Amino acid sequence: MENTKSKREDVCPSKRIDRAAVEQQLKETKGPEYWRSLEELAGSPEFQDMLHREFPKGASEWLDSVSRRGFLQLMGASLAMAGMTGCTKLPLQEIVPYVRQPEQVIPGVAMYYATAFTLSGYANPLLVESHLGRPTKIEGNNLHPASLGGTDVFAQASILGMYDPDRSQAITHLGDVASWSEFVNQIKGPLAVQKALGGAGIRILTQTISSPTLKDQMQAFLAMYPKAKWHVYEPVNRDNVLEGAKLAFGEVLETRYDLSNADVIVSLDADFLAAGFPGNVRYIRDFAKKRNPDAEMSRLYVVESNPSSTGAKADHRLPLRAVEIEHFARALASAIGVNGGAMDSGNTAKFIKAVVGDLQKHKGSSVIIAGDHQPPAVHALAHAMNAALGNVGRTVVYAEPVDANPVNQTESLRDLVSDMRAGNVDLLVMLGGNPVYDAPADLGFNDCLKNSKVALRIYHGLYENETAELCHWNINEAHYLEAWSDGRAYDGTVSIVQPLIAPLYAGKSAHEMLSALVGLPDASGYDLLRAYWQKQHTGAEFEEWWRKTLNDGFIEGSAYTRKTVSLKLQSLPAASAVDADGLEVNMRRDPSIYDGQFANNGWLQELPKPMSKLTWDNAVLIGPKMADREGIKTMDVVALELGGRLGARKITGPVWIQAGHPDHSVTVHLGYGRRKAGRAGTGTGFDAYALRTTNALWIATGGKLTKTGDQYQLASTQGYQTMDTGDGETRPLVRETTLEEYRKDPKFAQVDEPPAALTLYPGFDYKKSPDAWGMSIDLNSCVGCNNCIIACQSENNIAVVGKEQVVKGRHMHWIRVDAYYEGDRDAPKAYFQPVPCMQCENAPCELVCPVGATVHSSEGLNDMVYNRCVGTRYCSNNCPYKVRRFNFLLFQDWETPQYKLMRNPDVSVRSRGVMEKCSYCVQRVTEHRINAEIAAVGENREFKIEDGSLQTACQQSCPADAIVFGNINDPNSRVARLKAQDRNYALLADLNTRPRTTYLAEIRNPNPELET
Amino acid sequence: MADHRDEVGVANEAANEVASQRSPVIEPGHTFATITDKISSIVLTRPTSLGWVVGFGAGFLVTMMLLYALAYLFVKGTGIWGINIPIGWAFAIVNFVWWIGIGHAGTLISAILLLLRQSWRNSINRFAEAMTLFAVACAGIFPLVHTGRPWLAYWLFPYPNTMNYWPQFRSPLLWDVFAVSTYFTISLLFWFIGLIPDLATLRDRAENKYARISYGLLAMGWRGSARHWARYETAYLLLAGLATPLVLSVHTVVSFDFAIAIVPGWHTTIFPPYFVAGAIYSGFAMVLMLAIPIRKIYGLEDFITDRHLQNSAKVMLATGWIVAYGYGIEAFMGWYGGNRYDQTLLWNRLHGPYAGLYYMLLACNIFIPQLLWIRKMRTNPVWLFLISFVILVGMWLERFVIIVISLSRDFLTSSWGMYYPTRWDWMTFFGTIGMFLTAMFLFVRILPMISIFEMRTLLPEAEVKPE
Repeated sequence: MENTKSKREDVCPSKRIDRAAVEQQLKETKGPEYWRSLEELAGSPEFQDMLHREFPKGASEWLDSVSRRGFLQLMGASLAMAGMTGCTKLPLQEIVPYVRQPEQVIPGVAMYYATAFTLSGYANPLLVESHLGRPTKIEGNNLHPASLGGTDVFAQASILGMYDPDRSQAITHLGDVASWSEFVNQIKGPLAVQKALGGAGIRILTQTISSPTLKDQMQAFLAMYPKAKWHVYEPVNRDNVLEGAKLAFGEVLETRYDLSNADVIVSLDADFLAAGFPGNVRYIRDFAKKRNPDAEMSRLYVVESNPSSTGAKADHRLPLRAVEIEHFARALASAIGVNGGAMDSGNTAKFIKAVVGDLQKHKGSSVIIAGDHQPPAVHALAHAMNAALGNVGRTVVYAEPVDANPVNQTESLRDLVSDMRAGNVDLLVMLGGNPVYDAPADLGFNDCLKNSKVALRIYHGLYENETAELCHWNINEAHYLEAWSDGRAYDGTVSIVQPLIAPLYAGKSAHEMLSALVGLPDASGYDLLRAYWQKQHTGAEFEEWWRKTLNDGFIEGSAYTRKTVSLKLQSLPAASAVDADGLEVNMRRDPSIYDGQFANNGWLQELPKPMSKLTWDNAVLIGPKMADREGIKTMDVVALELGGRLGARKITGPVWIQAGHPDHSVTVHLGYGRRKAGRAGTGTGFDAYALRTTNALWIATGGKLTKTGDQYQLASTQGYQTMDTGDGETRPLVRETTLEEYRKDPKFAQVDEPPAALTLYPGFDYKKSPDAWGMSIDLNSCVGCNNCIIACQSENNIAVVGKEQVVKGRHMHWIRVDAYYEGDRDAPKAYFQPVPCMQCENAPCELVCPVGATVHSSEGLNDMVYNRCVGTRYCSNNCPYKVRRFNFLLFQDWETPQYKLMRNPDVSVRSRGVMEKCSYCVQRVTEHRINAEIAAVGENREFKIEDGSLQTACQQSCPADAIVFGNINDPNSRVARLKAQDRNYALLADLNTRPRTTYLAEIRNPNPELET
Repeated sequence: MADHRDEVGVANEAANEVASQRSPVIEPGHTFATITDKISSIVLTRPTSLGWVVGFGAGFLVTMMLLYALAYLFVKGTGIWGINIPIGWAFAIVNFVWWIGIGHAGTLISAILLLLRQSWRNSINRFAEAMTLFAVACAGIFPLVHTGRPWLAYWLFPYPNTMNYWPQFRSPLLWDVFAVSTYFTISLLFWFIGLIPDLATLRDRAENKYARISYGLLAMGWRGSARHWARYETAYLLLAGLATPLVLSVHTVVSFDFAIAIVPGWHTTIFPPYFVAGAIYSGFAMVLMLAIPIRKIYGLEDFITDRHLQNSAKVMLATGWIVAYGYGIEAFMGWYGGNRYDQTLLWNRLHGPYAGLYYMLLACNIFIPQLLWIRKMRTNPVWLFLISFVILVGMWLERFVIIVISLSRDFLTSSWGMYYPTRWDWMTFFGTIGMFLTAMFLFVRILPMISIFEMRTLLPEAEVKPE
């Protein structure tokens, strides 16, 4: 490591003042001298130099891990000299703040920068909160049409990914730490050889890419090495979507939906409200808006093979096996008038009849969405049906694909493997991804790479994962919060990815990697990006345009325009046969850790999955009917076998009985069973990729399930997923009715409310306070996406506790989303209910605390005084909502330096033995109050916090806009108006706790034809 | 308790007939001297037996285990136990209430029975009081160590501080602090004052110089003068008067910890009397469990006679029925009250995951103790010992049922949970039993376990006859 240091220009101040020396100096001086020597130190030329160097022209001390250590030393030194100097690291290039100018850097005042998080090629536009150069919180970019302020869980949690201490921290060559220049020097030779061959031996394997700059660079590279090949593979790919579009239109097209116009939505196994579905954030917003029972309310039919949050929101949900859905789609198409090769629709005839009737009534305002894992035929049929219903151009929009290289990724990887086998590959560069772990098992990518004849294998990625292990060179990638880039959102709008911090471990972006391959190793990502866009920009004022673009976070008007398409659907491939009793195996991306790339993200690992509330593991999900038949219980370990031409593939994993799962079918989630993920991700769950083959990426038939007789502990955060108490009583926790009933009896939810005067003691008059905070949660809008949980965790420095602690019931989430099932276990109704602290006016917790550590504020907040808490847990026992969380052990990581940088400086970090809970983001309330007071003093008036300016973290990130927070003293505030609605009810109101958080009851809009 | 009569002064034929069927409080043939010799010799002249060493050693080892468990608890936090959200309290509070309950017998015997002139208490009050002290000491450990930050537990006391911050007086936990500390103080004083004349006896009889000095210091210059006795009697009576309401108040306040809260299964007004009865129930069971082996080992059958065993058994029978009534009313109100949460709680006790423990509780606290109706059972030490043990188990289960079952399933089904004790829970629980036994072993070895001077008043010679 040391040798690299000498090769670099090192402007790190730590070279001049190292901590050891300072400490030594301080140690040798005693008493008053201590301070004098500090002043002397402050006045010394070295120190002055350090101050002036503090915001350097180029913060190149970040460029290798040695200097990172220097940085930590410096951190230590600056702690020793607390108050004398701040240690702020600004990024290398100029970045434009979204809200405030950089000149206004004020310690304690956050700044926001626009950037974007890219998942499987789709950019999620963001605003990132930064405290003195440290990104601390992710928010959605409210100007961007793909976000409108919302985010998804992956984007929210990506900040933890950046600070992940297990990230690849150095360039390594054969396991030894090397430097960028060594790498550049060493690939010169092989590249020169390839140059002569036209690059015939070069293969580049990337993930799905939407970055225009990167695409341009790839093209430049391929121009330089014309015989080189660019392969794309990602386990969660959209091959079916691609092939479906080809089948329907003969060309590759991006399909996007405009749900703001959709009155009838039919989902064919499409979980379009879940994180990971392109455009889901916007879809949730549009969908939720159309669920207002006081206006025109949409109707959602979901036919699905695996209970999902989309299915939970459905007015009619039909659980079918994935293979049966294709048959359903064909029957539906035939009924609509599209030649689907009419299939026997069997027992779904009634359902189809009702759906078709509804669709016919809403021509042009309906939409049929096919799921990514359904075969191309279903996608083609969906296109044809949408066309037949006149939805194209209204609720369905076609445009150019966001994917910069839209090829069939499975085939692309297959080609690569066969080339590698044939010895045609000399130099393999992998930009991201983890194919050794997640490639289809029948390709044998793992063995192929291990025994390969590929002379030089280069891996560029965030982690030293299973794939990196088998490569010669391992280049540590810069996280998206550390590097410049760009990417397209689901509608094609280009977002600029701005770094929030200089790379913690001197990582390189994909742009810099590619640039090195074309012989420009010193080009910075910023220059490459800027140069590309300068080339694209046509108008005059580039600089102004560029600044505006960085400020907004996206390029205005860069969305792909709608394409007029013509249906060229000739004939559909024959439908796959349905074996009535055969076992179907569904393989799906995980709702929390996606394809496994987030396996080391503790927030996501501990995020309860929307339907099962499982954490830290995947499971073999089976339906109740099948469980009864086979005599399998939850947590029984089973062996799951799939026969294949290459012999049987087998995995073993624990069973989770999932209400609403279709019979004769199991679902396993991908992404677990990682061998080399990091401290959080290694060894959790089982690896379902072992079952995955190229001919059955998502749906396989002919499975065999056998009990092994073992047991495995799963960690679910929710005690019981039903509102039945076992004694025949159902508690009215989530209140729901149909649209029809609601119109008859709008106040149906307002039962059990005790009269306000039901007390001997006069209550506190909150009307006297300028603000009385309250929250309204619309259960009709909430789609159970879990985003609020991660947003809260990030905002409030909430600890991750690990699986064992979750098993014991000690997870720390301040807001949870309860999922309840009701009715027939095989086809239940499902509900979501986010539960933060209710901030009761008659708070039972406050009464019982012996030390007054939880007290009420005049604004109605139930405040926790952490410093005063001795930890009797009495408050939690007496909390009927069980929203209090206790630090049973030292759950916070106080040691890892990265996490220290990550934490929100406005929120105390709790230690062990202390109770904590939702505070209504009191730090935000206080900040807004202070700002409002300052403004009011300037203008000599009473201060007022503008309604809507103050948002809690859960509210801000909620894509559905289901959470509204504000001043209930102001009758015109949004929250007060919502609380005045008929649907408003308080949870457990009969206890007279008078909660400030109330709910808007859920209304469903069932089709009367199906209501029997 | 109709037959708890004052033995002294009832010497007619009819009474003798009744008494002949019943064992006397003190076996005939004793004089002042024999009583003093017998009791003081256990401390002063009897060699330390191997049994004592083994027993004490075992208790001491278990106490060390307690210290180990507590040290680990201080290092790691309460998370080493099985508690969680929703079950924030479990073994620690179960054990606390159990020990406090056990500690009730001492004061009841010393104070209330003294005021009621139940002189048979004289044989058992001393070690019952000692047992109370040790039980309360064991109990006192738990509220302290169950907090998340035990080093700050002193914040529960209203001490003057620079923060100008007082405890929160509406919290029953704070009342607990006062109730338990008052109870411990009064019990200690009562016990100590009662010991003074006997300490003086030991001082006068001790051969060993250090023993003489130690007992002498503790005897506080007692010379047995009439003035001493007069003052002593007054002080003792006053303390008995002070301690009497405490018998009722301590467990009442402890029961408030639950009754004040809104948790179904806790929020009920029957708790104070039902807790007090339960406390006396378990307290007498513990007295018997100690008295039966002690009188056997130290040959004290003359002083702790079958009469004492019978009387204790009858007290248990009576308080057991109050407890049974409490269970009945709880169940009845759960059904009759129509509150959906209480109904679920009742159902949950009978059919929930912890139902087995509830049935065990009913067996231990209600059904098995009915054997005490049989006279032979009341006089057979072995059976009594076993039944007492069953009652102690039952009372422990009662607290478990009240605390853990109620918390495990309260209002929101989503937050229902389960509690499983860890090895640290068990080590702490058994550790306190070890500590209790260690203290008892020490007590019987160095202090007169039966009040010498009070025993002497039971002799006919002590009867003051009018001139």
